[in-house]
Amino acid sequence: MTGFADALVYLNDPLNWTRRDGILDLLGEHLAISAVAVLAALVLAVPLGVALASSGRGSGAVVVLSNVSRAVPTLALLTLFAVTPIGFGNRATTIALAVFAFPPILTNTYVGFRGVDPDVREAAVGMGMSRWQVVRRVEFPLALPLVMTGLRTAAVQVVATTGLAALVGGGGLGRIVNLGFGQQDYGQIIAGAILIAALALLSELALVILSSAASPGPGRSPLARFRQRTAVGRPEPTAAGVPL
Amino acid sequence: MSAGPGRALALDEAPNPWFDGSYVADNWDTIVGYLGEHVRLTVGAVAIGAAIALPLALLGRRSRLLSGALLGLSTMVYTIPSLAMFAFVFPFTGLSATTVLIGLTAYSLVILVRNFLVGLQSVPDDVREAARGMGYGAARQFCQIDLPLALPTFMAGLRIATVSTVALTTVGVLVGHGGLGQLIYGGFNANFYRAEIVTGSVACVLLALVADVLLAGVQRLLTPWARAVRS
Repeated sequence: MTGFADALVYLNDPLNWTRRDGILDLLGEHLAISAVAVLAALVLAVPLGVALASSGRGSGAVVVLSNVSRAVPTLALLTLFAVTPIGFGNRATTIALAVFAFPPILTNTYVGFRGVDPDVREAAVGMGMSRWQVVRRVEFPLALPLVMTGLRTAAVQVVATTGLAALVGGGGLGRIVNLGFGQQDYGQIIAGAILIAALALLSELALVILSSAASPGPGRSPLARFRQRTAVGRPEPTAAGVPL
Repeated sequence: MSAGPGRALALDEAPNPWFDGSYVADNWDTIVGYLGEHVRLTVGAVAIGAAIALPLALLGRRSRLLSGALLGLSTMVYTIPSLAMFAFVFPFTGLSATTVLIGLTAYSLVILVRNFLVGLQSVPDDVREAARGMGYGAARQFCQIDLPLALPTFMAGLRIATVSTVALTTVGVLVGHGGLGQLIYGGFNANFYRAEIVTGSVACVLLALVADVLLAGVQRLLTPWARAVRS
């Protein structure tokens, strides 16, 4: 258990947090890479998902993409982008992570918009809404819970995976673990692992709260939702949130 | 890394193809060796995970409180990044394949517990009651009632666990036992040797897809009634 005691010592040293390339710097880098990657994926995947869902085509492609994406190791994706002419570093990492975040958001957006009751859509059209109004004011609120699920899945996975970027020359909190392995410093390895795990758990928690706040409808506190989710089991979703 | 305009470094000039057949041919034994390790780790992790998950799911079915606790815990474990997971196990088992096996087992375990529990919960209560009324014992009820009815969900869980374990095994490079991940990471460290990286990545994806197809075939064989209904 020496490693864990050393980890506490490492985490308890203020200098380790505040120095240049210390924990705070790396945390900022970690969050910046993750945020840019998720936002890029969001900007590309949501319109595509809406377009595919409203055209009614491409369901096969979306299913195949969501299934195959689970089989692609994130390490392979990160490494492949690191050896392109982009060069290794944060830019390659961000692109790789955006590619990685794309399928879950696309699939959930697609499924969410496809799941809108056709009667509701017809009623909206009958009330004289334009196509754009139907999408924005009828379909989007109804599909929002699933879109948020996709966003949450993608964001938590990206935050978790950014840690791996350090193996292939990227930044983020993984650097602490990687450096620890390089120096055979158990305390540093464990400290980095604790930070990465805590960050992943916190981002999951934050996004659960965010998605319940964003979802329309009464009385959806995150706690009530959590209770509901734990009481009745659901199958583990794939990377794309759709059971195989 | 980058040379000035009009001047190229030997490094940039050297051919670095994305795929090279001669690399695969020359290093066939190494590739097969890593493939073997990859398969052993995956099969081991999923098998051990299933062996632990089944009793847990059977226990979890007995009370809502227990199943809630199991699902909550599994969500939490699943959220822990693989890098952190291997780093946590590392001080106990060192730079060995056991470290990777324990980490992978933890992930496959939480996926399988979830699916096993859902599968068991989906067995209708009146069917189980009818079986009990007909004098089925606990073991016979599990083998002849629960298992066939929950089998599709069980198999779906096994497929997901297997495919994601194949992908996750690559992270084992952290402790030097990442199976095909060793090729990916090794290629990166060998001056960004693309052929090696691509070979490792493609082999990984193919392995996952082959495993998935194999398990789908097993599922088809085990549930002949599902085919009869569909056709």
